[in-house]
Amino acid sequence: MGVKVIIPTPLRAYAGKQESVEVQGATVGEALTALTAKFGDLKKHLYTEDGRLRSFVNVYVNDEDIRFLQKDQTGLREGDTISIIPSIAGGA
Amino acid sequence: MSATNLKLSESLAARIRAHGVETYPHECCGALLGRDGEAGAPRLVSDLLPLANRRDDSPRNRFELTPDDVRLAEKAARDKGIELLGWYHSHPDAPARPSEYDRDHAWPWYSYIIVSVQKGEPRDMTSWRLQDDRTGYDPEAIEISV
Repeated sequence: MGVKVIIPTPLRAYAGKQESVEVQGATVGEALTALTAKFGDLKKHLYTEDGRLRSFVNVYVNDEDIRFLQKDQTGLREGDTISIIPSIAGGA
Repeated sequence: MSATNLKLSESLAARIRAHGVETYPHECCGALLGRDGEAGAPRLVSDLLPLANRRDDSPRNRFELTPDDVRLAEKAARDKGIELLGWYHSHPDAPARPSEYDRDHAWPWYSYIIVSVQKGEPRDMTSWRLQDDRTGYDPEAIEISV
C-alpha cells in the first residue's frame, strides 16, 4: 500500500527536509520500518535502542491513535495518512 | 550542531517566570511560538501558549502535554502565520538544567526553556536543544530584549 507519512517539523532535518514521505507498507509497522530504512537518522528519535516506539511518540492513521487500533499491526489502505505527534514531557 | 540563539522580549520572559510562580510548587508548561532563524540568525519567540500540566500524579517534578495539546499549539502558531518552536517548563526548587527524564522525552530542533523557581521565586531561565545523537543538550543562549 502506498501511504503518506507526515514528518513533524523537528524531525524534517532527518527526512531530507520533507514535510511528508510516501512509503509502502501493509501495516503501520511496515510503513514505519520502510520510513526508517529510507531515513536511518529518524530511527533513534522514534524508537528506543531495543526497538520499541518511544513512550512519548504517538502514531495516528487518519487521526486514529494506533494504540486504540491494532498498534503497529494496524492495517493500511492505499492513500492512508500516518501522523507522528509527540507528547511533551519532562521535569526536574 | 552549531551554537544557537533564541530571542524573546522581557514581557514574554516575565510571563514565563510568572507562570512558574503561579503553579509553584507544581511545574508549569507551555508552548513557544515564533519564527525560526535562517542561517544562524537567532530564533525569535513572539508569543506563548500557556498550557495545563497534565501530570496529576507527580506535578512537583514532572510535566506532560498531550498530543492534543501539541496539535492545539501547532494550530495556534499556524493561525498566526508563525511556527511552534518549542516548549517551556519550570523546575520547582531545582536548577534550570535539563534532567535525564527531560532528555528521554525530547526531540532535537525544539527549544526547551526551563525556569527555576526556588521557594516560589523565579530564578535562572535557560534554553536547551537536544543533540542529534540524543546523548545530551546544547545550551541555547537567550537574548532578552526590552
